[in-house]
Amino acid sequence: MELVKPSIGLIFWMAVSFSIILFLLKKFAWKPILGMIKEREQSIENALAAAENAKEEMKALQSNNERILVEARAERDQLLKDAREIREKMIADAKGLATKEGERLLTIARDNIQNEKMAAITELKNQVATLSIEIAEKILKSELSSDEKQKTLVNTLLKDVNLN
Amino acid sequence: MLFVAITTFAYEPMDNQQHLNAAAPNEHSEKEHVESTTFDAGKMILEHVADSHDWHMWGEGDHAVSIPLPIIIYSDKGFDVFSSSRFHHGHASFQSKYNYRLHEGNVVVFDDLTGNIDEEATAKLTDFSLTKNVASMLVTMLLMLWVFITVAKAYKNNQGKAPRGLQSFVEPLIIFVRDDVAKPSIGDKRYEKFMPFLLTVFFFIMFSNYLGLIPVFPGGVNLTGSISIAMVLAGFTLLITFVVANKHYWRHVFAMPGVPIPVLIILTPIEILGVFLRPFVLMIRLFANITAGHIIALAFFSLIFIFGEMNTGLGFGVSIFSLVFTVFMGFLELLVAFLQAYVFTLLSAIYFGSAIDEGHDVHNHVDDHAVEKH
Repeated sequence: MELVKPSIGLIFWMAVSFSIILFLLKKFAWKPILGMIKEREQSIENALAAAENAKEEMKALQSNNERILVEARAERDQLLKDAREIREKMIADAKGLATKEGERLLTIARDNIQNEKMAAITELKNQVATLSIEIAEKILKSELSSDEKQKTLVNTLLKDVNLN
Repeated sequence: MLFVAITTFAYEPMDNQQHLNAAAPNEHSEKEHVESTTFDAGKMILEHVADSHDWHMWGEGDHAVSIPLPIIIYSDKGFDVFSSSRFHHGHASFQSKYNYRLHEGNVVVFDDLTGNIDEEATAKLTDFSLTKNVASMLVTMLLMLWVFITVAKAYKNNQGKAPRGLQSFVEPLIIFVRDDVAKPSIGDKRYEKFMPFLLTVFFFIMFSNYLGLIPVFPGGVNLTGSISIAMVLAGFTLLITFVVANKHYWRHVFAMPGVPIPVLIILTPIEILGVFLRPFVLMIRLFANITAGHIIALAFFSLIFIFGEMNTGLGFGVSIFSLVFTVFMGFLELLVAFLQAYVFTLLSAIYFGSAIDEGHDVHNHVDDHAVEKH
């Protein structure tokens, strides 16, 4: 059998069996294999895309969290500041009120004291006047009890006048 | 049409040779007897490379151990089926519808009385025997069926998971054929319907090339280096190209757009020839590469015996070099085995791609010619 002479038998068997194996492999091997490979590639691609998505979402979530945290911190600071202001304002208000009240009370007390003092002075003046009149009455009575004494008095009084 | 032409061309010199042989059959057989004492490298190599009616295992000449294969002969008298062991390594005739005998590996009609080949009756025979190549082809195909159906099952059982075992060995090759051969040559959208053929051709060539590199049974057969096998593979490529070819393809063949009519008179025959030349080149490339590989390996081993006949010591000395070179060539052949499968598949894919090309690009025919240079 020569090298470059095509043999009809071999060509026949090859053509027949190649057609058969082409059909068999196409049906039982290539179709499922290529299908599965494609399916797997698709699922891997999907999984990768999903992972990428999840990463994006995570990132978004994280930045969101950060934003919320920053906001919360700012809010807390604001609240603290407000509280401090309110406290200070309350203290200041209270202080102001207390001072005013104190002053008012002081004024009232002072007025009362003044009034009481005036009343006491008036009373005292009245008492002193009464006493003085009584004393003067008693003195006058004793001084003017005898003529002698009347004359001495007149003399002393006259002396004082002369002196003036 | 082309194949008929090749067949007749190929037949002619062989017929002449047979006439010569037939002219002096007695003298020839005597000469053969004398020759068998000395080592004939050319004859040995050709015997190993060519197809035969039994599968040679080991041993030489009459003591050779081989598996006899069935012989199927179709003639004007109908079919004849018998075992090749009936020929006793070509020393006996077998009488059935005709008196058959093995002559230089071919089944001929033999006249036992005169010792001549009956040329007239031999011409009526058509040999459909399950030869060594057919057997090897069946082995390759069974191996393919087993491998790929196992792998397909693995895909079903292993759905959506990473490939395992045989599957992980085959998958890169399948993806290679899909992504690096089919997709770029045919196009992302239409490559799918060509995949079964491309994969089958790729793995058939690769499997039989690698089996051919294994020197022991069931390997060692120069299957893809057989012109008939290469012809059928190329024939399938041509056939598929014809089936899928669109209007645009035929227009480029018969009347290249934008070319003046006087030029077309020259160009069209060239284009028509080109259509057949492409698969022809595919066939020759595969056949020549694989056969050359087998011949070189055998030639290096033959050197040992040629020098050994001169001087035993010389034979041993040469054997070292022969071994080194054979190992080197073996590695080269491992590469060639894959490369030829790749090239055949790639070029087939490119031909399919050009056949279904819609040709929106005016300069597209330029690309086609660039492809020719491969």
